[in-house]
Amino acid sequence: MTQDEIFEKVTKILTPYVKNQEALDSVGMDTHILDELKVNSARLVDVVLEFEDAFDIEIADEDVDSVETVGNAVELISAKLN
Amino acid sequence: MSERPAETRVVVTGLGVVAPNGVGVEEFESALRSGRSGIRAHERMAELGFGSRVAGVPQGTDALAEKHFDEELLRAMNSSHRYASIAALDAWRSAGLSRPGPDEDAVDWDTGCVIGTGIGGMDTTASRVVPLVDAKKVRRLGSTVVEQVMASGVSARVAGLLALGNQVTTNSSACSTGAEAVAFGVERIRRGEAKRMLCGGVEGESEYIWAGFDSMRVLCRGFNDEPERASRPLSASAGGFVAAAGAGLLMLESEASARERGATIWAEVAGIAVNCGGQRAGGSMTAPNPDGVRRCIRQALDDASIAAEQVGALNGHLTATGADPKEVDSWATALGAAPGELPPITSTKSMIGHTLGAAGAIESIACVLMLAGGFVHPSLNSEDVHPEIEPHAGSIPHVELAKPDLDVVAKASFGFGDVNTCLVFRRADR
Repeated sequence: MTQDEIFEKVTKILTPYVKNQEALDSVGMDTHILDELKVNSARLVDVVLEFEDAFDIEIADEDVDSVETVGNAVELISAKLN
Repeated sequence: MSERPAETRVVVTGLGVVAPNGVGVEEFESALRSGRSGIRAHERMAELGFGSRVAGVPQGTDALAEKHFDEELLRAMNSSHRYASIAALDAWRSAGLSRPGPDEDAVDWDTGCVIGTGIGGMDTTASRVVPLVDAKKVRRLGSTVVEQVMASGVSARVAGLLALGNQVTTNSSACSTGAEAVAFGVERIRRGEAKRMLCGGVEGESEYIWAGFDSMRVLCRGFNDEPERASRPLSASAGGFVAAAGAGLLMLESEASARERGATIWAEVAGIAVNCGGQRAGGSMTAPNPDGVRRCIRQALDDASIAAEQVGALNGHLTATGADPKEVDSWATALGAAPGELPPITSTKSMIGHTLGAAGAIESIACVLMLAGGFVHPSLNSEDVHPEIEPHAGSIPHVELAKPDLDVVAKASFGFGDVNTCLVFRRADR
C-alpha cells in the first residue's frame, strides 16, 4: 500500500470524529489531529482500534503517544505494513 | 386546574414518545384511537428458544437517529440512547423550544431531566463487555462503552443534546420508573428548584433484557403465532405480559413559566404519590400489597384535591398477569366504586406490551392525549373479561370511547419490589 493510499484511508477513518470541517477540507500530513481537526481526545482509542481493523495491524499504547499529526499516523501504519 | 396556588402548579408543555405502535405524538395518538397494536413476532427470541416469541419494538428509529445525530454520536448510542434522544428532541420541539447547537456555550440552568430505566445498558454489557472481557480483549472495548452501560447514560446523553443545566439524573423503580420520574420532576418544580423538568423513562430492545422474565414464565407464550392478540390485560385468557421497548418523555413546567412564555399547556399534573407495600400482607418482590396500592391511589387524589367521583378515566398498570383482577379491585376500593360505577378503565399495555422503564411515562402520555382529545382508548384483547373483573366489565372500552367532558385521568404503575406510583392528570383550562 502506498503512503497516499494510507493517507486516504486514515483521513476517512478520522472523518466522523472531526469537529473542524475547514481543517478537514485542507487536511495534509502536517495537520494536527487534536488541535486542528479537533478530534475529541477521549475518542482516540476508538480511532486506533479502527486503524488496527482497517490495516490488519496491532498498535501498542506506546506507539499511540507519539502520534500527533495525520502524518505521524500514516508513517506509523506504513512502518507496520512493511 | 387544581386548587394549588398557580406558582406551584405543574403542567405538561411538551411530549415525546417512541412507542411500539407509533413514533411521535401524532402517530401514537392515532394508534391509540384506532386500537393499533405494536406487538410483532420477534425473530431473535424465536432463534434463541424463548418461550415467548413476540415483542413490542418501535419501528424506524435507526433511520430517525441517523437523521438527527452525527456519526460519532451514533457510535455511542445503543437502542435506549436512541429512543430517549429521539423522544427528547420531540418533547423539546413540542414544548416550543429550539435545539441548541453543540458549539453554543449557553446552558439552560432552569431545565433538568429525570429519565429512568429499569435495566440500563444491559444490551451493551451483554453483547460487548462480557464477550470481550472474557476473551481477554479489554482494549477492544473502546471509549463508548461506559456511557452506554451506565444506568445514568440516558439522562446524561439527553442533557448533552439539550444543554440542560438543572438536575440531570436517572431514576429506577422497575415497572414504575417512568411514572416515578414524573413525580420527581413535579416535586422539584413545586419546590421552585427548576422551571422545567423533562421526565419519563426508556427501555432498550434486547433479548438479554427480556431473558430473565421469560425464565420466570411471566411473559405470554400462548400467542406466538398471533402477536397482536398476545397482550391481554383484563382478560380471562391473559398469559403474562409482552416484552417491549421504547421511550416516553413529558416536559413538565411550572404553570407560571408556561404562561410567561406562551407555551401550549397539554394538561396539569394535579397530584402525585409514591410508596411501597413493604412486600408484606400479600406483597412480594413481584406482587403488590393491595393495601399499599390503595393508599397510593388515595394519596394521589388527596394531593390533587380531587374527590373519587371526579375521576373520569383510569389508565392502569394492568400487565396481563394474574395481578390484574386484584388491581381492578384496588381501584374500585380506593375510589369507593361499586360495580357499574368504576370509570372507564384501560390498559395501554394491551397495544404496546410492557415497556418496563418506559411504561409509566408512555402510558402517562396516553393519559395526557386522552385528556386533551376527550377520549378513552380501547383496551385490546379484553372481550373475554376475567371472571373476577366481570362485575366491572361495562367500564372496559373495546373501541375508542368519546368523552368530550373528560376532566381527570388517574394513572398508576406498580413495579417489582412492591413499589407504586400514582399520578393524577387534569385537563388544562380550555
